[in-house]
Amino acid sequence: MTTIFGYPLPVVLGQLVLGFVNGSFYALLSLGLAVIFGLLRVVNFAHGAFYMLGGFVAHLLLIWFGVNYWGALILAPLIVGALGVGVERALLRHLYTLDPLYGLLLTFGLAMMFEGFMQQQFGSSGITYPVPAALTGFYKLGFMVLPIYRAWVIVASLTVCFLVWILIEKTKLGATLRAATENASLTQAFGINVPVMVTLTYGAGVALAALAGVLAAPITQVSPHMGTSLVVVVFAVVVIGGMGSIFGSIISGLMLGFVEGLTKVVYPEASTTVIFVIMAIVLLIRPTGLFGRD
Amino acid sequence: MRLSPSRIVELLLLAFALCVPFLGIYPVFVMKLLCFGIFAAAFNLLLGFSGLLSFGHAAYFGIAAYITAWFRVKTGLSTELAILAGVATSAFAGLVIGTLAIRRQGIYFAMITLALAQCMYFFCLEASFTGGENGIQGVPRGSILGLIGLQSDVTMYFFVLTVAVAVYASIKQIVHSPFGQVLRAIGENEPRAISLGYSVNRYKVLAFVLSASLAGLGGSLKALVLGLATLSDVHQSTSGEVILMTLLGGTGTFLGPFVGAGIVVTLQEYLSDRVGAWVTVVIGAVFVICVLAFRAGIVGEIAKRFGRGATAPSA
Repeated sequence: MTTIFGYPLPVVLGQLVLGFVNGSFYALLSLGLAVIFGLLRVVNFAHGAFYMLGGFVAHLLLIWFGVNYWGALILAPLIVGALGVGVERALLRHLYTLDPLYGLLLTFGLAMMFEGFMQQQFGSSGITYPVPAALTGFYKLGFMVLPIYRAWVIVASLTVCFLVWILIEKTKLGATLRAATENASLTQAFGINVPVMVTLTYGAGVALAALAGVLAAPITQVSPHMGTSLVVVVFAVVVIGGMGSIFGSIISGLMLGFVEGLTKVVYPEASTTVIFVIMAIVLLIRPTGLFGRD
Repeated sequence: MRLSPSRIVELLLLAFALCVPFLGIYPVFVMKLLCFGIFAAAFNLLLGFSGLLSFGHAAYFGIAAYITAWFRVKTGLSTELAILAGVATSAFAGLVIGTLAIRRQGIYFAMITLALAQCMYFFCLEASFTGGENGIQGVPRGSILGLIGLQSDVTMYFFVLTVAVAVYASIKQIVHSPFGQVLRAIGENEPRAISLGYSVNRYKVLAFVLSASLAGLGGSLKALVLGLATLSDVHQSTSGEVILMTLLGGTGTFLGPFVGAGIVVTLQEYLSDRVGAWVTVVIGAVFVICVLAFRAGIVGEIAKRFGRGATAPSA
């Protein structure tokens, strides 16, 4: 069998693919987190809970209404995004004049409520979500076997990340968003309805988390706590990348997933902590993060 | 000698606490409450008096619980030394994490402490001495200095109460000391404290280590009281609970953390039997309400109503 540094090649490649899959979830989640933080100055602790809700909505759409995966991919982010809009209008809105720490605390409380509620309704064991028929099976690449669904997750997440990046950096809407992030009151003075923009931004960021949840459902199973520790990892990713940078959060998300996959091969015991160790090192060398400015 | 209103409240509470074992209240419950009170008071030293929100305080509480439990079970080290070992480990963890976390401010500080505490959680999950999912069970309480046995709940209760009162008094002492005044100055306006020539980072790290050590003391005592140390002690939900206790009781007040701990522990004990998983929803909702409408907390609101200086420290 072909080996690489003494490890069987298919094992290494398999873990790296899995690493990329996780990395693309990190990228989607930290992207949403960064967009929300940019405009609202809220670190959205409920991001993991919204990711979980995305998975659950997909599952419930399937068993209650028979909506398939492709429908869920569109509908679940819309539904969860609408919930996010409600949260922003009803709750977060009241905190903008206060210390940003209160936003973190409020969304932490919200995460507890969502997770507790789902656990009460559906129990804490994982629910299997079927891989859609079109994406079952494997690509035989000669040196390894690649599950089609995993390849799809990577391609789909990266495409979405790329589109969001284009939207923010290259379109008029994105320019307005960046202007509001830079100076909200001045942007408002130019006749832009900033409060509506803030609401929609939160909704969109949350919808991205829900999309990641739907993409993850066939891989990780749907459970009330699927986002609980993920959100902490994504926080670390954001600290490493630097919260100010959209591009930085995408790249560092992917990169860290890759490193995590590599660690699973070389030293599995450390795979859960490697991202936090990298975070500590980055803080020592470059406290503002790899792509951060402030 | 004229007693200030806050001193009267303190004395009344102390008198009540001394009567607890004779009032038919279950001492273990009150001991658990006191341990979490110590934990929350330690957390409040950071958030309330230095303006630093640590989102990972369960790391220090939990690791001390594990270390104390391990020494009691595996080596039969005496109770006070086992507690000391736990506290020393938390102090060290606080030093390492604090030194890293103070490199960023505000919201980043919170995220970094959370991430590093998660690191501690995974360490406890993987390490063999912690007993994995089972934790360390059947921790013997032992005795104080080999003289007074702690097996009886009543003796243990008075021991825990003594420690809690000592922690309360020393936090008051710390806050009112010149060191504490500098901490508050940093919390209120860091750039100004720097421009006055204070080496702000050294103060912050010291405050962090103090807070981590006291949190560890709470954890060590909890391990002895309940005879067990588990993964939930180091879990992020415990870090969240201690924030809630402090916020609910009153951030930056001396009695607040104990009041908040009392309410949260009582809620958990009574609700978890009756409503199951709803308890998480209720605690989350209390959190949301606190942040939206009740940011001064119970003791903070009372102090506001009856004039400053009552329970809040004099500005």
